[in-house]
Amino acid sequence: MFAYPTVRASFIFLAVALLGLLVADIAITTANPWQDLGRFFLGVATPNFFSTEGLLTALLRTVAFAFVGVTLGSICGFLLALVYRFLPVRIFCAFIRAIHELFWALIFLQFFGFHPLTGVLAIAIPYAGIFAKVYSEILEEADPEPGRLLPPGTSSIAAFLYARIPDCWVQMRTYTAYRLECGLRSSAILGFVGLPTLGFYLESSFSQGLYSDAGAMLILFYVLIATMPLWLRPKLLPVYVLAAPFFLGDGLPIVWGNVERFFTEDIIPSPIRDGEGLAAIWAWLSDVLITEALPGIWNTVVLTQIALVATGILSLLAFPLISNHFGGPVRRTSGHVFLVIARSTPEYILAYILLQLWGPSMLPAVVALALHNGGIIGHLIGRQTNTIHLRPDAPVGFSRYSWELVPRIYRSFLAFLFYRWEIIMRETAILGILGIYTLGFYVDSAIQNIQFDRAMVLILITALLNIGVDALGRFIRRKLALQTMPTC
Amino acid sequence: MSGFDFNGLTASFDGERVIGPLSFRINEGEHVGLVGKSGAGKSTLIRLLYDRLDGKASLVPQGLGLVNALPVFHNVFMGQLDQHGTWYNTLTLIRPFRRDKDAIRALLTELGIPEKLWIPAAALSGGQRQRVAIARALYRQAPTLLADEPISALDGPMAQQVMTMLTNQFTTSIVALHDVEMALAHCTRIIGIQDGQIALDQPASELTAADISVLY
Repeated sequence: MFAYPTVRASFIFLAVALLGLLVADIAITTANPWQDLGRFFLGVATPNFFSTEGLLTALLRTVAFAFVGVTLGSICGFLLALVYRFLPVRIFCAFIRAIHELFWALIFLQFFGFHPLTGVLAIAIPYAGIFAKVYSEILEEADPEPGRLLPPGTSSIAAFLYARIPDCWVQMRTYTAYRLECGLRSSAILGFVGLPTLGFYLESSFSQGLYSDAGAMLILFYVLIATMPLWLRPKLLPVYVLAAPFFLGDGLPIVWGNVERFFTEDIIPSPIRDGEGLAAIWAWLSDVLITEALPGIWNTVVLTQIALVATGILSLLAFPLISNHFGGPVRRTSGHVFLVIARSTPEYILAYILLQLWGPSMLPAVVALALHNGGIIGHLIGRQTNTIHLRPDAPVGFSRYSWELVPRIYRSFLAFLFYRWEIIMRETAILGILGIYTLGFYVDSAIQNIQFDRAMVLILITALLNIGVDALGRFIRRKLALQTMPTC
Repeated sequence: MSGFDFNGLTASFDGERVIGPLSFRINEGEHVGLVGKSGAGKSTLIRLLYDRLDGKASLVPQGLGLVNALPVFHNVFMGQLDQHGTWYNTLTLIRPFRRDKDAIRALLTELGIPEKLWIPAAALSGGQRQRVAIARALYRQAPTLLADEPISALDGPMAQQVMTMLTNQFTTSIVALHDVEMALAHCTRIIGIQDGQIALDQPASELTAADISVLY
């Protein structure tokens, strides 16, 4: 079995994760974790939809921010995709998508304050980077033959509109709609840094112990995502896009003096700002690196590797839930419901809830990341097994699982997992804001202490780490000859 | 212009020569039938000639090169994208002009598929798709035609009619055909290709089907 490179790679990653568990901080520190969890589930089971009118407003704002952010991101991403063949553009896009929406929000909060622009840009910028990459891949795959047949003298715009766009249109539309779902999740968690979306109300309900309010909010969010095919009609789309900017709320006005100060003072490393010379800059930088960046990187990497393997194990356990090779319609329907809930809940919200219930450690983060990402991959490969036709006398039960299905889907399973490696790392870094000692923790602390220069260095390091893992993931996928379509 | 001189045509795949070196001359007004068994290099030769003419010919490639997501109308209209400004073309994509609709509908009527004007190319049968590619080549109104098996999916009478339309509209044509009878009936000159070389080159009037069958 170890002759297969895919199996060897899996076991290497498993070993790394087990080593990580030895050094990781895994614990439940609250006095009554199960009682709290019970109260939370009771809250979800007895949702209170009518406690405040704030709930509907939050839902509306969540949708509005998602629409404006994703629309803006897709337009900019499309324009970038047209020039994606130039290396500087590719590097720029890799950089802006390596920084998480919440980090962008934290940055913009410092100078735009609680203006709607903060939330819109926090979604639009990283999404533009992702759209640019995926759109350019889709455009590249279009059949080049019709373009070659055009009469010479055809303008390049006409050639693009006739011979290229129509071929890619359906794929681009599907992907954009899919990103809109991701945008709803991004928009919801922006509330955790103070924007008026679902996360804000979830956090305040939780901190007051109003579990039924929190439960109502989560249920509405699932319904919103699950009913997307019903309300997201192509004909209604222009209406949504045009109306969305009017539902962002007013927020607080932008103080332009802050904007100027941010760029000319706040983010300039303090030794340069105070004119302390080269030696002081070096001392400052090494202090940031040793006391904050290194521990942050270490914890981020350890947590990422554990969460990656936990995601893999959970996906392999979860896909039979929706596979039509096992069980009856009742079991499959409940499996679908479970996976929809797991993948529609942003990992940040899952981690937040578990952290409230179990206390601060890496455990809630690992469970949250594994549930969300395992739900996505389990759904994708479960659906894939439904296209497999087994011989009539194929074994049933566990033998069918281990002999017939897992070997068939293992390669695409690994492809999805390595594709999500970088996404898991980006999320791991951001979960630091909740109090786990990953890079986000140090970024958040630096911002709390009004040391934006340090925060910018740490965000830069986080971005580079993500770009590195993305490259490594692509290298491994190429080495193992794994192919996949993008997921978010 | 009085024809084309093609000199030193060669093509290789994976370092192996599949065509040429070939040199020949096509006179204006000639209708050349390119025959030879499959794999002899006919398609490669057609492609080479298209490149040599810098795209200044109507081409019907074997793969047809249709944009599957666009309706038949737009696939045909693409033959004249160079005749209009970008705004005109962009508007046509959204709402075609009556003049163009009438012209293309007339062309499709001759080809027996007027009712398919607004059907996406993806939804057509093989023979219908082939006629759309032919309509695009005709609509382009270049003086020269290069076609690679343009009637392979058409039935007898329609194939005859299409060949007549093609030889009537284009001053000069070079058409690869596997149907020897069709080549003899519609072309003025037959070039036979064997192992990437010209094995036969004579006026069609001096040949019979038996003369050509030695190539197969």
